[in-house]
Amino acid sequence: MQAYETVIGLEVHVELSTKTKIFCNCSTKFGGEPNSHCCPVCTGMPGTLPVLNKQVVEYAIATGLALNCTITQQCMFDRKNYFYPDLPKAYQVSQLYLPIGRNGEIEIETESGMKKIGIHEIHMEEDAGKLIHDEGDCTLVDYNRSGIPLIEIVSAPDLRSAEEAIAYLEKLKLILQYLGVSDCRMQEGSLRADINLSVRKVGAKEFGIRTEMKNMNSFKAIARAIEGESRRQIELLENGQQVIQETRRWDDSKNTSFAMRSKEDAKDYRYFPEPDLPQIEISNEWIEAIRKGQPELRDEKMLRYEKEFGIPAYDASIITSDKHLADLFEETVALCGHPKEVSNWLMMETMRLLREEEMDAEQISFSPIQLAKLIKMTLEGKITRTIAKEVFEKIFKENIDPEEYVEQKGLGIVSDEGILRETIQKIIAANPQSVEDYKAGKHKAMGYLIGQTMKEMGGKADPGKVNRIMKETLDSL
Amino acid sequence: MDITALSVIEVNKLISDRKLSAVDLVKAQLEMIKQREASYHCYITILEEDALEQAKEVQKRIDSGELKDTLLAGIPMAVKDNICTKGVKTTCASKMLSNFTPTYDATVIEKLKNAGAILLGKTNMDEFAMGSTSETSYYGATKNPWNVDHVSGGSSGGSAAVVAAQEAYFALGTDTGGSIRQPSAYCGVTGLKPTYGTVSRYGLITYASSLDQIGPIGRSIGDCAAVMEAISGHDPKDSTSIDRKNIRYLQALKEDIKGMRIGIPKAYLERGLQKEVKDSILNTIKILTEKGAIVEEFDLGIMDQAVPAYYVIASAEASSNLSRFDGVKYGYRTPNFESLQDLYKKSRSEGFGTEVKRRLMIGAFALSSGNYEEYYKKALKIRSLIYQIFQKAFEKYDLILSPVSSRTAPKFGESLSDPLKMYSSDIYTVSVNLAGLPAVSLPCGRDKNGLPIGVQLIGKHFGEEDLIRAAHRLEQAIGDLRYTTHGKEA
Repeated sequence: MQAYETVIGLEVHVELSTKTKIFCNCSTKFGGEPNSHCCPVCTGMPGTLPVLNKQVVEYAIATGLALNCTITQQCMFDRKNYFYPDLPKAYQVSQLYLPIGRNGEIEIETESGMKKIGIHEIHMEEDAGKLIHDEGDCTLVDYNRSGIPLIEIVSAPDLRSAEEAIAYLEKLKLILQYLGVSDCRMQEGSLRADINLSVRKVGAKEFGIRTEMKNMNSFKAIARAIEGESRRQIELLENGQQVIQETRRWDDSKNTSFAMRSKEDAKDYRYFPEPDLPQIEISNEWIEAIRKGQPELRDEKMLRYEKEFGIPAYDASIITSDKHLADLFEETVALCGHPKEVSNWLMMETMRLLREEEMDAEQISFSPIQLAKLIKMTLEGKITRTIAKEVFEKIFKENIDPEEYVEQKGLGIVSDEGILRETIQKIIAANPQSVEDYKAGKHKAMGYLIGQTMKEMGGKADPGKVNRIMKETLDSL
Repeated sequence: MDITALSVIEVNKLISDRKLSAVDLVKAQLEMIKQREASYHCYITILEEDALEQAKEVQKRIDSGELKDTLLAGIPMAVKDNICTKGVKTTCASKMLSNFTPTYDATVIEKLKNAGAILLGKTNMDEFAMGSTSETSYYGATKNPWNVDHVSGGSSGGSAAVVAAQEAYFALGTDTGGSIRQPSAYCGVTGLKPTYGTVSRYGLITYASSLDQIGPIGRSIGDCAAVMEAISGHDPKDSTSIDRKNIRYLQALKEDIKGMRIGIPKAYLERGLQKEVKDSILNTIKILTEKGAIVEEFDLGIMDQAVPAYYVIASAEASSNLSRFDGVKYGYRTPNFESLQDLYKKSRSEGFGTEVKRRLMIGAFALSSGNYEEYYKKALKIRSLIYQIFQKAFEKYDLILSPVSSRTAPKFGESLSDPLKMYSSDIYTVSVNLAGLPAVSLPCGRDKNGLPIGVQLIGKHFGEEDLIRAAHRLEQAIGDLRYTTHGKEA
């Protein structure tokens, strides 16, 4: 079999985190009773008109700048016409002819080094409502989502594998989160991707015939869909068959895609300029103001962390891999100093618990204040590291206050030498073999005895003192 | 004294002098409606109890002195049935919306209510404002109060007839391609189509977004000016509305027209005008000249493409605007359907009338892939050419004078039988909408059967003051051509 390469372009739909919808003042809050965040405008009542939310344009410009796009300074909305019950006006206000951003690029890390991925365009549009299929034969519509602002980011067909596609998406997600334009919560559908995919023989100049898989909202499913669909296309070609240009639906549970509609059935959206909205004039001054206000993005932040906080590059890259984590880091350092200590807590214990609980960093609920208190207590020797880990787990899972918790549970460090000596005597008496080993020169045995002492004292014993007293005691025997 | 025959400005005086109350006016108006409505069918919905309730409330506001700065305090009005009125059915004269009651007031309605006007009812029209005769109404046609064998014009036929028949003091119409001006001419009343963006469209159930404007129809240009004072102005809810400052509509009534430059497109007088129409226009020119205006013929440029461009653009926008009437959320839903597609197809087939369907098909065709460049885009080019042609003409003239229609009101059935002929009759009016200009239609004579003839004055962008000034001088010189002189009603 001759080698094939996969050619992928992604269309990523991102819900913007504005407070209100794109064309009316309704709330964009996720959840809420069906049809509780609605008004005559976003339900398409006859006679209503759209009024553009300026914040949407600013977020779109900010994204365009971060993705190195050219901003279309005279930009316009168009209507995309089609019938569907979740689309109250029977057209979606979107951008076709003059999208807000064009010709951008971002760099991703691949196995063979850095690679530039082109951004074909960014456009603004409104989201549709949601159909809820009743248990009976009834379908209901919830228009809460109708009119939520979206941007669609269309990549050039520059991606060549599932890994590259995921690296691109991860990078995009980070940029959007860092800009603060979207929370990118995939489980709430605020980031969804359409995959355009074709295969061709390595070295071929022309692209193959592509298929499109719509509305994917998990990175893992996207990776599987890319692999599955390119396998399917290669098999077709190998069997002397043709790929048909069509829209397919990826069924992640069956690990295969199904044909939805072919090009011939493709809808004619009858796009035309939206006459209810005037052209948007974006001045140089406006663009510059937004450029100046751009927050620090990940790459800059990583470098700054190394320089300003003296943490290793590896730590900086892990901590900045999520905006929430990075914010947590900086805010905690601001409260208690000791960046490396803070970084360790985030890199080790936090990451371990995230893995165990199968959570994303954005779901972390504890505050920098809690972590800073814990670190202070540890560094000031008020609790042992063993206890600190135990308390941290409580902070992570139950959001407790570390000071109160330690106080209530009596987890403070035990430094009273009388108590320590008493316990050590007990442990020595119970482990004659270890004592003998120590005397015979096996110094490791002392470690075991110390461990037993700590265990006996529920991890609360002052480790320095236990060490010293243990040595003194053993040597005096 | 027949108080329903007075103008808004005349009635306002009686109201402020406490010689009449708002309740008196509404009662007199309801009585007139009772007498005449059966003959003319101006209204789709008439408010009786509700109008009297409004009158009582407004009278309280008048008594408290709150409304002393508005000319519309206590004045009963009629509103075209494509403008949303909270809690009052708004049908667009279509089966599709025959059960639709808006949950909100259009901005113009809010403004008029604030100014103390009283809503008497909703007027008949061509279905979704598509037509030139009001015959496409689901509720049956409005008859011309001058002669019930003739149409009232369209699409704001009910709004023009209601003023002519004294069934309201003034009415709101909407004008997409002549729908205020042409019925005003046919019914012998005065209608003003403002510069695009002057009056908020929020709450107007749109036909063609880039062309629609709401405007007043009244018994005199003064009444129209009084209504404009109340309804114009920037609306944050309509992004296409313009922030215009210091327009002195009423003040313009007091100014003369000495030295005003008025141009008449040569071709407009050469086309097949009905003889009496041409004579009346020539008489108008004479009067304007006598009043000190400088009137001359000029070559406006080619306007032949205006009608086809208009029908492509208006229908294209309509095909999108009217897509929301799909039987899902409001309006008519077919009682029997098997699938979603079937629901759409049947609800729309059964809910829309023939003329609406024709335009929706034209519009969808013009926007479909493969036709977009050939039709829609070309129409936009023609539109911008027309815009430029007018811009150039207005470098030389303050106003352009033209017929409203080549003829007086046709008989029922004459127009609808030949849609192409009906469309081409819009030649004098549609270019004004394409260019977004203001224009007024006012009575200037009668034909041999006594049917009214109108003349159109077209202003430059934001040139309403010039329009009002010239129209007022004409009105005074031509004399009282109002319905009250009509033999049958006198």
